[in-house]
Amino acid sequence: MSFYLAIIGSKDNAIYSLDFGTYRQGGDGTSKFSADVRQLCPFIVHSSLDIIEEVQWTNSAMHLKVIDKFYNYLISAYVTSGNIKFLLLHETRADEVIRQFFVDLYDLYVKTLMSPFYSVDQAITSKVFDQRVKMLAKKYL
Amino acid sequence: MAVRTPRQIGEDVWKTRIEKVNAELVTLTYGSVVAQLCKDFTNDYIQVNEQLDKMGYNIGIRLIEDILARTNSERCRSFKDTAEMISKVGFKIFLNITPAILNWSQDNKQFSLIFDDNPLSDFVELPDDGKAINELWYSNILCGVLRGALEMVQLQVEAKFVSDVLRGDDTTEMRVTLIRVLEDEMPVGDE
Repeated sequence: MSFYLAIIGSKDNAIYSLDFGTYRQGGDGTSKFSADVRQLCPFIVHSSLDIIEEVQWTNSAMHLKVIDKFYNYLISAYVTSGNIKFLLLHETRADEVIRQFFVDLYDLYVKTLMSPFYSVDQAITSKVFDQRVKMLAKKYL
Repeated sequence: MAVRTPRQIGEDVWKTRIEKVNAELVTLTYGSVVAQLCKDFTNDYIQVNEQLDKMGYNIGIRLIEDILARTNSERCRSFKDTAEMISKVGFKIFLNITPAILNWSQDNKQFSLIFDDNPLSDFVELPDDGKAINELWYSNILCGVLRGALEMVQLQVEAKFVSDVLRGDDTTEMRVTLIRVLEDEMPVGDE
């Protein structure tokens, strides 16, 4: 199974993205998207932003669960209070696990945000953040 | 009354006579000061270090009075006593940390403060422009504080960081060197 994670800023700008695979069922953590699907990932994910905009005001939860589908792919979303969106493209439904993943990711994001040299909506280039996200992916997905 | 050790003084004052503020407030305030300085000096980190040191100096010359008033401790008899007071009283009551005192030089005029825990640098990641990691001493204000505080008690010292965990070093270490004990000097032109 493969995943594509994107963090979108409050002005709908991309802040961070990562593609990875599962470690379960003998996976090695790398994504198995075919080349053209991999290229499409950012587009698929960004196209669900419109849906989020509608759903986020009707739903008080931050985890919006699966909000969009694209052929066999599902898109889960999590919107923080500061209107930062976490989007995950995945293949099978697993709301609870993904919720935990998002909650921990939120924690990591907040820690990054607390650094005085980082400002809101700036792209996250920190290697530490990158590593920790990969650890989270390994733990949950 | 028995003579109290610096550790007891520090603990005592910290518990009873210090008003506490939220640690994150301090961390974020200091962080935004440093970040703003970096912006103002367009990432000339050498300048930023200097400014932080100056700011610290101005804080230090005031804080020393505060410490002495709160602790009414006696005059230190040696530079070793001074080091103890800095770590166990000074850092204890203002930041609630007691950096370890290590690596005394042969002539007892130089020592290192090792910071296991530095509340100023929580959450911080240095900018990854390839320059900050070699040039910026993020917590440099502390050097200025020591320099200013000790100058007011007739000790001229040089304090500077030699390693910082933010730069990827194993420890955060500040080297403090006694340059000379200032004599009470007559102001120039005063009879």
